[in-house]
Amino acid sequence: MIRPDAPVLLEIRDLTARVEDQPILKGVSLTIRAGEIHAVMGRNGSGKSTLSKVLAGHPAYTVTGGTVLYKGEDLLSLEPELRARAGLFLGFQYPVEIPGVSNLEFLRVATNARRAGKGEEELDTFAFEDLVRERLQVVQMDPAFLERSVNEGFSGGEKKRNEILQMALLEPLVAVLDETDSGLDIDALRIVAGGVNHLAGPDNATLLITHYQRLLDVITPDYVHVMAAGRILRTGGKELALELEERGYDWVDAELAATERTPAEVG
Amino acid sequence: MVAASLSTPTAAAGAAPGGWVDALLANAAGGDTGSADSLAAIRARAAQALAQTPLPSRRVEAWRFTDLAPLTALSPTLLSAAPAAQPETAAGSLRLSLDGHSDPLAGINLPAGLEPISGDELNATLGQVLAATGSTELWPVLLNGATAQKVLALRVRGPVATTLELVSDAGAGEGILSLRLLLVLEPEASLEVLQVHRSGGANLTSVVLEARLGEGAELRHGLLAPGAATGCLLATVAVEQATGSRYSGVSAHGGWALGRLEPRLVQREGAAHGALKALQLADGRQISDTHSQMVFEGPDGRLEQLHKAVADGQGRSVFNGAVQVPRAAQRTDAAQLSRNLLLSDRARIDTKPELEIVADDVRCAHGATVSRLEQDELFYLQSRGIAADQAARLLLRGFCEEVLQELPEAARPWQPLASLLGEQGR
Ligand SMILES: Nc1ncnc2c1ncn2[C@@H]1O[C@H](COP(=O)(O)OP(=O)(O)O)[C@@H](O)[C@H]1O
Ligand SMILES: [Mg+2]
Repeated sequence: MIRPDAPVLLEIRDLTARVEDQPILKGVSLTIRAGEIHAVMGRNGSGKSTLSKVLAGHPAYTVTGGTVLYKGEDLLSLEPELRARAGLFLGFQYPVEIPGVSNLEFLRVATNARRAGKGEEELDTFAFEDLVRERLQVVQMDPAFLERSVNEGFSGGEKKRNEILQMALLEPLVAVLDETDSGLDIDALRIVAGGVNHLAGPDNATLLITHYQRLLDVITPDYVHVMAAGRILRTGGKELALELEERGYDWVDAELAATERTPAEVG
Repeated sequence: MVAASLSTPTAAAGAAPGGWVDALLANAAGGDTGSADSLAAIRARAAQALAQTPLPSRRVEAWRFTDLAPLTALSPTLLSAAPAAQPETAAGSLRLSLDGHSDPLAGINLPAGLEPISGDELNATLGQVLAATGSTELWPVLLNGATAQKVLALRVRGPVATTLELVSDAGAGEGILSLRLLLVLEPEASLEVLQVHRSGGANLTSVVLEARLGEGAELRHGLLAPGAATGCLLATVAVEQATGSRYSGVSAHGGWALGRLEPRLVQREGAAHGALKALQLADGRQISDTHSQMVFEGPDGRLEQLHKAVADGQGRSVFNGAVQVPRAAQRTDAAQLSRNLLLSDRARIDTKPELEIVADDVRCAHGATVSRLEQDELFYLQSRGIAADQAARLLLRGFCEEVLQELPEAARPWQPLASLLGEQGR
């Protein structure tokens, strides 16, 4: 839902970042207001996951330039856990398995950390069990998964549902969902998309990273951005995703080559 | 005497180490009641052997990484532990307190299937499992033999439903608390036993358990030993298995200046099942050591072994896992895995499998890993609002729980993880 007067939640300006000595993000700019759903599409390796990890504060990535404001404040100076407590959520492309740590306890500790961030009281184990059972329904997940170790031995689809369950518990302001649709069969895709739609509202925002149209058939984005070589090459409405679906990414490559040639031709 | 010249040059202040043993033997002889108990003969033999055995130095392979200095810094006297506060006993378990001098069975009604062994029978049996597992001459066994004043010896018939808890707390006293245990499981008998050894001061807990498993018998054995920063633990667990028997040992020790565990198993005719799961922790300047040995003397034996260790601070973890598969032990199936977590640059982990395989038709797998906390696991937790230090604690706990949750139910009131990490008040 686009409302030009809605408050800006996330403002990314000329963001550049590298991993080890390799520059990956080469100037990303993006503004997200409350109520909006954005999609970022692009070929494998274009830097989509890097953008999501940089936003969440993964230590392997070094920001080399640009700014990110979250609700008007500097996001990049915050530790990852403070970003999360302030309401930024990253749904991982590859959720991490953590042997020996119970999923239920993990979810409880995380939920209470986020509640503390919102100035709310901690939930005791009983109150939390009630909450988690209610939120399990959003993703139609079997309560048996609560008793297992975090993501350990989960199938790809189960891991993605567990991500959306976490999102449902943490009630983020800005959710960045990195390829939450990949590896899902059509039923799981519907459930996950249903969860995302259910949680999207006028006060929060969603950034969907995907390279398939099929997720955007069930979640309608307000904006679609095409990413290539660490930059946002083009921004449009939902029809841009359809165009990508029809024409493929070759024109993106051509456009990218053209922009990269431009300075030389001028000179 | 010989021991003095071979002693470790790095020993802590105080008496020279050879002198330490002499002083200890003199004190032990002084405390000897001279009664003709089953241990009197053992004490005399062990004292003599100990006097002639050099103190283990780091030039001896079995002690290469394990410095005895924290032990020889202790007072060379015998300790009788005072009663200490204990958590409530878990339902379905019988707790026996071992203080080194009084009779742990006084005033106790043993559950059906358990009876004390005494007299000639005890004299004839004690030491046999140590001999069968090649443990008689081990220095910690000699030390125990020369100092132990009491033995708890039980025969097990049929399945025993009650878990037996054998508990000691050396407390804050100085000196050596010496405990000697014997379990004889008749054919088809089964028992669950939990040893708990704690300390709160500068003392040594020396414990030797002998367990003989008859045909088809089953022993589920837990050993939980959360230590004290100046305390030492030397624990030997000798197990002799007849065919069709099952031994499952789960141990967790840590927090000791020097803590060493030696599980020694023998399958006399093979065709038995042995499982060893262990966790050890070393923080500060602590040493945590496990030297395990499994000997298959016949065919079709099995061993499943998982050894996990955590080293933090300037702690030192040592694991040596010997497995012997002679020609007679065809179709042995043994798997050993050593998994180690290194939490500090100044900590040290030494892990070594020691497989001697002569039989040709066997499956013997072994592996060892040393790793740090995974950055991606930490980040995943942090990205959910969990602070870095709490995330690290969760991961550490996850690493430990794999072993701790296998301890007998009766271990729960002792709070295994919190006590090992020193997170609970005593
Ligand atoms: N941790 C990392 N170490 C090394 N290279 C990385 C790392 N993360 C990403 N890259 C590289 O950065 C580029 C962009 O990757 P990524 O952000 O994962 O792209 P996308 O998600 O769009 O497929 C790729 O060339 C990838 O190999
Ligand atoms: Mg990606």
